[in-house]
Amino acid sequence: MTARTTNQKAWWLVAPVVVLVAFNALVPMMTVVNYSFQETFGDNVFFWEGFKWYEELLRSERFHDALVRQLAFTATILAIEVPLGVAIALAMPRRGPWVSVCLVLMALPLLIPWNVVGAMWNIFALPDIGLLGRLINGLGVDYNFTQDPTSAWVTTVVMDVWHWTSLVVLLAYAGLCSIPDAYYQAAKIDGASAWSVFRHIQLPKMKRVLTIAILLRFMDSFMIYTEPFVLTGGGPGNTTTFLSIDLVKVALGQFDLGPAAAMSLVYFMIVLLLSWVFYTVMMRNEGT
Amino acid sequence: MLLSWMAWTWQTAAFFVLVALALVAMGIWEWRSPGGAPRRGILGLDTTRGDRLFISLLGAGFIHLGWLAAFGAPPWGALAVSVLFAVAVFRWV
Repeated sequence: MTARTTNQKAWWLVAPVVVLVAFNALVPMMTVVNYSFQETFGDNVFFWEGFKWYEELLRSERFHDALVRQLAFTATILAIEVPLGVAIALAMPRRGPWVSVCLVLMALPLLIPWNVVGAMWNIFALPDIGLLGRLINGLGVDYNFTQDPTSAWVTTVVMDVWHWTSLVVLLAYAGLCSIPDAYYQAAKIDGASAWSVFRHIQLPKMKRVLTIAILLRFMDSFMIYTEPFVLTGGGPGNTTTFLSIDLVKVALGQFDLGPAAAMSLVYFMIVLLLSWVFYTVMMRNEGT
Repeated sequence: MLLSWMAWTWQTAAFFVLVALALVAMGIWEWRSPGGAPRRGILGLDTTRGDRLFISLLGAGFIHLGWLAAFGAPPWGALAVSVLFAVAVFRWV
């Protein structure tokens, strides 16, 4: 049984955050909800449409396709970035002068703005003048990310892996560094193999940071926009048109604010649900 | 009007008022009975009553979306299913 807290004055310290969140999240969210039930042609004139935009969206093949592409992209990059990030973190030195060098090298991709990453990879992978594109074609592989869907997908995934695996590495490395030496000494006395040490010491101790890493990578990759937009523009055709790119096309390209608002809310609910499922599954039995 | 850019309607305003009232009710419940009534329900999840409200609201959102996709408007049936779902969540989850 928890005792009742008698002094509630600390709540006032939270007040500034509440006001900030109200203005940068709650008010825009309310506006999006309002828009999602109406039609507008601008000039603050709105017409009630009820659930029409939701019905159209949920039965739209275009939305289903974008959602499937988004889920496939997120599943792919999580399946690559998390094991790769953990493997790199395990390989990094824990002591000595190389620690700083490794950390700086790992942090570099994270410092590059997203649109610059897209532009870099666009030029790098161009089949006629790009170093990577020319190299792959020189090896006899037919590679052209501007025309071939497979090439476009592979390039988008590799670009994301290059940009964001570092985040998993740094978080996993922080988790590894927090493990006391006594655990390793005990494992050594018991004659534990490297796999046993990883399975029973390192992985459980990294659980919390890996939960954060997976959640961050899931949310970021599920909402990815700038990099694929600069790299492929959603093409060729619609093959790399993820949910966010499609949303911007509807909202800004077609100026269909009502349908775009409905799409935003469904998008938000999917992110919320999947984040909750990830978090709940990973933190299950944590308190016991 | 100052808030005309937010495109308010009475229906959406009523929705947000109901959500706010639910939060106020949860606050009063917590004040009357502190601790959040934590327990492990049938799904094997450790939940407080705040978690159960979150699951109920999120579930209600998806029930409505599913109803709209399958049967279209009006979603009164979805509302009834959502209430039953919330009761079940607060009782067993």
